[in-house]
Amino acid sequence: MKKFLTHRLVWPIAALIALIAINTISRPSFLSITVQNGQFYGSLIDILRNSAPLMLVALGMTLVIATRGIDLSVGAIMAVSGAVALTIIEASPEPGNLAVVMIAIVAAVGTALLLGVWNGFLVSVLGIQPIIATLVLMLAGRGVALLITKGFITTINSDPYQFMAQGYVLGLPFAFYVSIVAVVIVGVLERRTALGMLTEAVGINPEASRLAGVRSRGIIWGAYIASGTLAGVAGILYSSNIMAADANAAGLYIELDAILAVVLGGTSLAGGKFSIAGTVVGVFTIQTLKSTITFLGVPPAVSPVFMAAAVLVVVLLQSPRFRALIHTAGRSAARPITRRPDAKVLS
Amino acid sequence: MTTLTAAERSSSSSSSTYRRFLSRHISWVPVFAAVAILIIMIAGSMAYFPNFQLPRIMSSILLDNAYLLVLAVGMTFVILTGGIDLSVGAVMAFTGILCAKLLGEGVPVVVAVPAMVLIGAAIGLLIGVLVQFFDVQPFIASLIGMFLARGLAFVVSLESIKVENEGILWLQSTRFSFAGWYITPTGIIALLTVAIAAFVLRYTRFGRTVYALGGNEQSARLMGLPVVRTKLSVYVISGVCAGLAGIVLTAYSGAGYPLNGVGTELDTIAAVVIGGTLLTGGSGFVLGSMIGVFVYGLIRTIISFSGAEQSWTRITVGALLLLFVVVQRIIVSRSALSR
Repeated sequence: MKKFLTHRLVWPIAALIALIAINTISRPSFLSITVQNGQFYGSLIDILRNSAPLMLVALGMTLVIATRGIDLSVGAIMAVSGAVALTIIEASPEPGNLAVVMIAIVAAVGTALLLGVWNGFLVSVLGIQPIIATLVLMLAGRGVALLITKGFITTINSDPYQFMAQGYVLGLPFAFYVSIVAVVIVGVLERRTALGMLTEAVGINPEASRLAGVRSRGIIWGAYIASGTLAGVAGILYSSNIMAADANAAGLYIELDAILAVVLGGTSLAGGKFSIAGTVVGVFTIQTLKSTITFLGVPPAVSPVFMAAAVLVVVLLQSPRFRALIHTAGRSAARPITRRPDAKVLS
Repeated sequence: MTTLTAAERSSSSSSSTYRRFLSRHISWVPVFAAVAILIIMIAGSMAYFPNFQLPRIMSSILLDNAYLLVLAVGMTFVILTGGIDLSVGAVMAFTGILCAKLLGEGVPVVVAVPAMVLIGAAIGLLIGVLVQFFDVQPFIASLIGMFLARGLAFVVSLESIKVENEGILWLQSTRFSFAGWYITPTGIIALLTVAIAAFVLRYTRFGRTVYALGGNEQSARLMGLPVVRTKLSVYVISGVCAGLAGIVLTAYSGAGYPLNGVGTELDTIAAVVIGGTLLTGGSGFVLGSMIGVFVYGLIRTIISFSGAEQSWTRITVGALLLLFVVVQRIIVSRSALSR
């Protein structure tokens, strides 16, 4: 039992379950799923669908944070990717043609991959601090996206492209499958091969792992490439959802949500140990929190206050000093107090 | 390593005076680079645009970016200790709109303005406490401050609030002119902030502690310097500057708006870095940050002069930021070699 309680996924999952419970109590229809024309509908399905872009971005962010880095440019990469895809589709005479859409998607993801290569080059070869290296692209990326769309919000009408975010396969949203495929690929690569262990080694001590013969440069570089590519796919899902490339709004602040999701999932920002399952739980928690906030009638603009409270609680729980404070507050009282901050997240 | 330095020294005996000057004033080199870039940009635009009048343009850049200058001063303190403060843009928006709202409800200026500075200080203190006492990374701690302030700004109002208070409007509408140059009280506030900060960093014990902390926190602690107090103070200073910037921006635009300053924290960091402050801490100057703000403002002015799309501003700032970071990287690795 004790082993179960100290497992690192316990608190993230407990928070998610508590959130869902609160939602179910306040509106019993939350859990209900209806079937129409063989497709599932309901709040939970919406959460699955809407969480797909954040899931992709957070997945890449997990890898980058595991190498002791951070990628601030993911939102800008999303904007560029959406702009590339939609500009290609708009320029073609047949926007509904499947081949055109495929070319657009490949070109967009390829561009995102190159941007990831650029970030990785700055960090792993030039040795620039990750925050600043990715800040360059965060600043410049939206400018590039605006140039691609010539300053307009490019809108298109293309059924195959729309399918990416709004289509259903076997009753579930297609976007959800995209995010699950990404989770499985990254999970298998990182956990069924030695790559995950090497990534953790690089994150814990880059110098020591280099001396031990780990090619830390390649691993760090790869993490940024993965992050960029996944952000590119996220950009396609985002632009497909609104069927427009909005260089200013696409992926705005998603880097912060993604970092929050990774931290909620129990991955330390100091690098090293990371948990892909934790990130998945973190993403669902954030998406549920967002839909809860909307449901409570709070204007979406005010939701950052709740996010701030959530991050505050999480970082305090992670802080050794805070834990020590709780411990000295009294052993018998320790449990109720450790629970209290969690309750704060939910209120 | 030793042989390399020895070889380097013997080979460079001819230009040793120059080298000694460089190695003694290595922290000034990025600032010189920024000044050089600023001068080249000014000379280039004076040659290229016939109606580019230096006094008028520079005055307007100062006024348009007074809020950014105030923010950059606070950010310089934080970055000098090796930290970062992402909350400044949001805090500026929050204090700005709250100030507009309070003034609209009849609260006198003498109460509202100090209250905004205090609110900025309080958010800065929160970030500082998280960083110092709970070992939260500055990036995450200030992210919390940013979310909090941005959300609170929307709690105050979802729409912009016009300011009709004469005291605040006076800050922007009064113009003191001199031979083509002009300045308003907001510009004076910004320049005063720079002057005070430059004095504090250069001539006070606190200022020297800030540099020592950024150089090596462990050594600073072993030397018995007040590490805890200083680290808390820099975030409070940054918060105070953000509160002040909120008032300056509200006076400048004549209204408070909750979406003000989205992305301003990045512009601020870019200006500070372009001004030659090392992101690893310990080296940099407030005057450099002022140069950085002018470079940033001049890029915007040149782009609007040339009629190019404003999206080029961000690309140029990004490219310049990259250039300076790479230059800094080379300087740091060189000074590490010669040590």
